[in-house]
Amino acid sequence: MQFLIESGDVLLEGFLSTLRMLALTVLLAVPLGILLAAMRISPVPTLRWVSAGFTELLRNTPLTLVFFLLVFVLPRLGVIVDFQISAIAALTLYTAPFYAEAIRSGINSVPSGQAEAARSLGLTFGQTASLVIIPQAIRTVVPPLINVTIALTKNTSVAGGFLVFELFASSRRLANNYADETIAIFLVVAACYLAITIPLGRLADQLEKKVAVLR
Amino acid sequence: MTSVLYDVPGPRARRRALIASIITGIALAGALAWVIVTLTGEGLFDADRWDVFRDPVVWGALGGALLVTLQVAAIASVLAVLLGSVFALLRLSRLKVVRVPTTVVLEFLRGMPVLLMMFFILIMFATSQYWAVVMGLALYNGAIIGEALRAGIVALPKGQREAGLALGMTPLLTRLLVEFPQAFRAMTPIIVAQLVVLLKDSSLGYIVGLEELVRRQRTLAEFYGFSQYGFSFFVITLFAFLIVNLVLSMLARRLASRDPAGRASRRAARKTTGENADTTAIASIRTRRSEAQPPVAPPSDHGGGDGGN
Repeated sequence: MQFLIESGDVLLEGFLSTLRMLALTVLLAVPLGILLAAMRISPVPTLRWVSAGFTELLRNTPLTLVFFLLVFVLPRLGVIVDFQISAIAALTLYTAPFYAEAIRSGINSVPSGQAEAARSLGLTFGQTASLVIIPQAIRTVVPPLINVTIALTKNTSVAGGFLVFELFASSRRLANNYADETIAIFLVVAACYLAITIPLGRLADQLEKKVAVLR
Repeated sequence: MTSVLYDVPGPRARRRALIASIITGIALAGALAWVIVTLTGEGLFDADRWDVFRDPVVWGALGGALLVTLQVAAIASVLAVLLGSVFALLRLSRLKVVRVPTTVVLEFLRGMPVLLMMFFILIMFATSQYWAVVMGLALYNGAIIGEALRAGIVALPKGQREAGLALGMTPLLTRLLVEFPQAFRAMTPIIVAQLVVLLKDSSLGYIVGLEELVRRQRTLAEFYGFSQYGFSFFVITLFAFLIVNLVLSMLARRLASRDPAGRASRRAARKTTGENADTTAIASIRTRRSEAQPPVAPPSDHGGGDGGN
């Protein structure tokens, strides 16, 4: 455990960088996901197509390739930004469609009788959506949203392969410097990730149980 | 489509939708035109950006790398499904000595990035990059598939197991011959969706140093001059991935609709969000259950399949 004493700060710095990246991506990707989901169910066909096209495109592209575009290709086209920003942009673009799908399936899970009741009371599309459907959908949507966030947490590690210093990159550096302690380094770094993902998973489970009782 | 959210549009609503459609259409066309003009301005559609692709050697190199990607994904898929089956059975064992360690291992495997797993397999076992990627993908996806299968077994009506036991089969035989096949069938769409994720994740080999498609296109682009060909190679690679993944996704959907096992799996396939195989599993389970009996708390499950990881 020599590395922890000597280079604990490297690890801590990486961990904080991962957390920062995660927080910023969630803050950007959730609103974008909501927007995509809203477009997907809107009465305007073009908006639906745009949203569906964007979703299909990004869901079938490996995250590595999205990173490659933003980190290596775009700078050649004159778009030069900090690697941190490129990484957050890549993660946001990649994750937003998954948030959108989670939200959309939540909206679909609201029994259609609810929408019918609202419609028969004369509520408009906007009123139906904002007063009846969404408040109910949010409940079922939260656990899948957390699951997407868990996947995102794991995905932040890809940034480590694209010139961003975060937890995975710090583990690489440590593994280089302390070749005889790789197993310990691996376990400590894995524990750092698990410290984020397992509590989030437990939270999702709890909420899921709550929702199941309600409906 | 949740068309129940709004009325069948009348003339006024139709006109408004049309206007909104046209406005977004124009905005979209404008954005597209701007991108094309910018790219043309950078000379990206000039012949000298694409002339390398006249050389069959380039296509051969790219094709070979695509083959590596597919091969890695294929081997890892088979291993992941096998591992997943074993994990599911061990996880449901009646023996605590088996069940508890399996649970811990599964949590561990699902909770961390595949990339981390690949990297440390590479240096701890001193394997080739190829096997590091294969084993990383197999372990991670095996854990996720295992959880899906477990959820599938747990969700089966109790009568299935009881019938097996009543016929005098041992508990193990009941699990293997009665419960497991049904669960596997119900979970097929979810497993296939996870395998598409696995294929995408094989591109993480790029970071570990495996000469797969993403790395090969970079090597080629750099060999011929990145500033000149970087964009072209990227576009070709993107299309290669899109084609392979879309075909696979279509296959998955076909598989799901052909499956005679039941409505539940079809529903699951429709809802499958690719990345979140787990969530979908729960959704389909809940619908199945509510048909048979009052809703019960769904099996605990977390982790979100991955996409990119």
